[in-house]
Amino acid sequence: MPEMNMIEAIRDAMDVKMSQDPDVLVFGEDVGYFGGVFRATAGLQEKHGLHRCFDTPISEGGIVGIAIGMAANGLRPVAEIQFADYIYPAYDQIASEAARLRYRSNGDFTAPLTIRTPVGGGIYGGTTHSQSPEALFTHIAGLKTVIPSNPYDAKGLLIAAIEDNDPVLFLEPKRLYNGPFDGDPHAPAKAWRGHKLGDVPAGHYRVEIGEARKLQKGVDVTVLAYGTMVWVAQKVAQDLGIDADIIDLRSLLPLDIEMIEKSVNKTGRCVILHEATRTSGFGAELAAQVQERCFYALEAPILRVTGWDTPYPHAQEWAYFPGPKRVGNALRTVMEA
Amino acid sequence: MSKQKKSNTSRLYVPEPQFRPGDTPDYSHISVPVGHAPSRPDPLCPAHETSEHATRLIRVLRFSGEAAGDWIPKISPDTLRRALRDLALTRAMDDRMFNMQRQGKMSFYMKSAGEEAVSIGHAMALRDTDMVFPTYRQQGILIHRGASIKEMMCQCLSNSGDPLDGKSIPVLYSFKKHGFFSISGNLGTQLIQGVGWAMANAYKDSDGIASVFTGEGATAEGDFHYALNFASTYRAPCLINVVNNQWAISSFQGIAAGEGETFAARGIGYGLATLRVDGNDILAVYAATKWAAERARRGGGATLIEHFTYRKSGHSTSDDPTKYRPENEPDVWPFGDPLERLKNHLIFIGEWDEEQHTRLLAEVKLEIREIYKSAEAMGNLSGETKVNDFTMFEQVYERSLPHLDEQKRMFAAERD
Repeated sequence: MPEMNMIEAIRDAMDVKMSQDPDVLVFGEDVGYFGGVFRATAGLQEKHGLHRCFDTPISEGGIVGIAIGMAANGLRPVAEIQFADYIYPAYDQIASEAARLRYRSNGDFTAPLTIRTPVGGGIYGGTTHSQSPEALFTHIAGLKTVIPSNPYDAKGLLIAAIEDNDPVLFLEPKRLYNGPFDGDPHAPAKAWRGHKLGDVPAGHYRVEIGEARKLQKGVDVTVLAYGTMVWVAQKVAQDLGIDADIIDLRSLLPLDIEMIEKSVNKTGRCVILHEATRTSGFGAELAAQVQERCFYALEAPILRVTGWDTPYPHAQEWAYFPGPKRVGNALRTVMEA
Repeated sequence: MSKQKKSNTSRLYVPEPQFRPGDTPDYSHISVPVGHAPSRPDPLCPAHETSEHATRLIRVLRFSGEAAGDWIPKISPDTLRRALRDLALTRAMDDRMFNMQRQGKMSFYMKSAGEEAVSIGHAMALRDTDMVFPTYRQQGILIHRGASIKEMMCQCLSNSGDPLDGKSIPVLYSFKKHGFFSISGNLGTQLIQGVGWAMANAYKDSDGIASVFTGEGATAEGDFHYALNFASTYRAPCLINVVNNQWAISSFQGIAAGEGETFAARGIGYGLATLRVDGNDILAVYAATKWAAERARRGGGATLIEHFTYRKSGHSTSDDPTKYRPENEPDVWPFGDPLERLKNHLIFIGEWDEEQHTRLLAEVKLEIREIYKSAEAMGNLSGETKVNDFTMFEQVYERSLPHLDEQKRMFAAERD
């Protein structure tokens, strides 16, 4: 199988769908001729034409707004928001329009669109290039929110998102674009080449929305994570010798609650990880659901390891990022309880 | 503060309408153009050649009923009589529904009194398949396109005949089969969506066009800017309509920066063709729309049309306009009433008379009353609503999701 990094896998997913389906269009700021600031759309305009992959004005509300109109008119737009930090001008179009169009028209109109956007920190991005706003979207009924952690899932999940008849927000952890990252900024950067999940099949395949991935099986503690944090979890558990059941959620809404429930009922312990700020973050939803479903199996309080409740700082990058030390403390704490 | 020496003479300026409750409104300073200019350019002319059209006013109908100028459209008397009927039907439905809301049969309603010509003249000039992205005040388009008035009423009543299964508040219709996009409560949002729809038409090499609406108040939303920008950038085959009815609930049009320049003039800055039209003159609305539709269909790109009119009724059933404007202002507004003006025209050309008109008004009133009765027989919000509550879980997604199935079960248990 071809080896790809996450950017190549994402580009390949769009290429596959554009080749199969003339209704698939790709657009956003700088995605056309230039191929995207992260190269995720490189070559697509040249291969598929100006009409299929094009640049837009700098207007996030406009980008999502035209995507909704196109989707309602039978196309399958894949819109890019350059950074998730800049998605807020489009929030009204996403929350009030894309997510509710099917419901408020009782199925008369639908919006089968995909919004791709890079998320997450660990790259010295500061306040406006590091945010993880997923909880603002998982709270929206009618929208699906997914986030891959590796090239294989990224491609399969993006194809599934493009083929989905509901609006899908596709979050791309930019720290993982070129290689897995286990939370140690001083270790040499790793590449996806040679990684099991960097083996990406050519052509069409799907990773179904709503299905989590069991990254590794264990009996000591269940770790719920997504995006960059799954690799931090794996490294820390390994270093501490904890036999963790690590679940990469992949899909936040819909959530694979079945896999989570089974795992926590088996381990009796649960730690939840995310980069996003703590208060009202997606971890709160996960903790609440685990508590409701697994209360009698729990042997320790559910712990959350998250970013602090501050804007994402620049100089304090590694003091903010929920890295190995914070994750390790939490794992030790639940194991000692 | 007061003792501080001023270094400049700038003062915060807050626009106010000329007349408030208790005042005697006098609009004699608004000159109703009689010259019937500007002229009708070629629909594929460069956009800047319409800059004069953005600041003047396209009119066809004089108050005498005579049609004048070079925007006179070719419309048969039969079609004009049908238009008159559609105007009367829309007004009769609005009146009936307003009264029924007052009797508690529905939670809410919004009339379009005084603005019927904008909707109906517009719909007459388009194909029924051209997708319209309306606000909540273009019900005349549905009436003209032959939508079921009973279904519209059932939507307002949220009863078992409601095609939306009670999901939306009254008036937020959705009729894809009549080219009428689902109405959202969030103002302005449909503007940019309509541009996207039009871009998709162009992408598919279809000759269908889109027509999007906003009131003048919501031109202040960012979405209006998005729509003009994208429509211009991609030469989208669409019409962007600003219905300037002078009022956004209680705020006069000056609060949307309407004092300095017309709303049509915004289009010029984006490189769009612009037309400003007497919205109470159905022939002028028709002619302007026809021009813009031809331009869009032939690849000339988008046109911004300002329909200059007046909101004769309150904003909605939840609004009392006498609290912020003179009670008789609708009557002294210098552009008259769209229904009266078309009636006068038909009489002027010898195709109508007062007796026929009286009969028409009685007929449509009766027709609306009968349709309403059949709609209300299917239930209403104050009585036993017959919409199945479980439908609230449907159409959130294409297929239900596990967490929604679970909530459905929780709701069923709550019911037992």
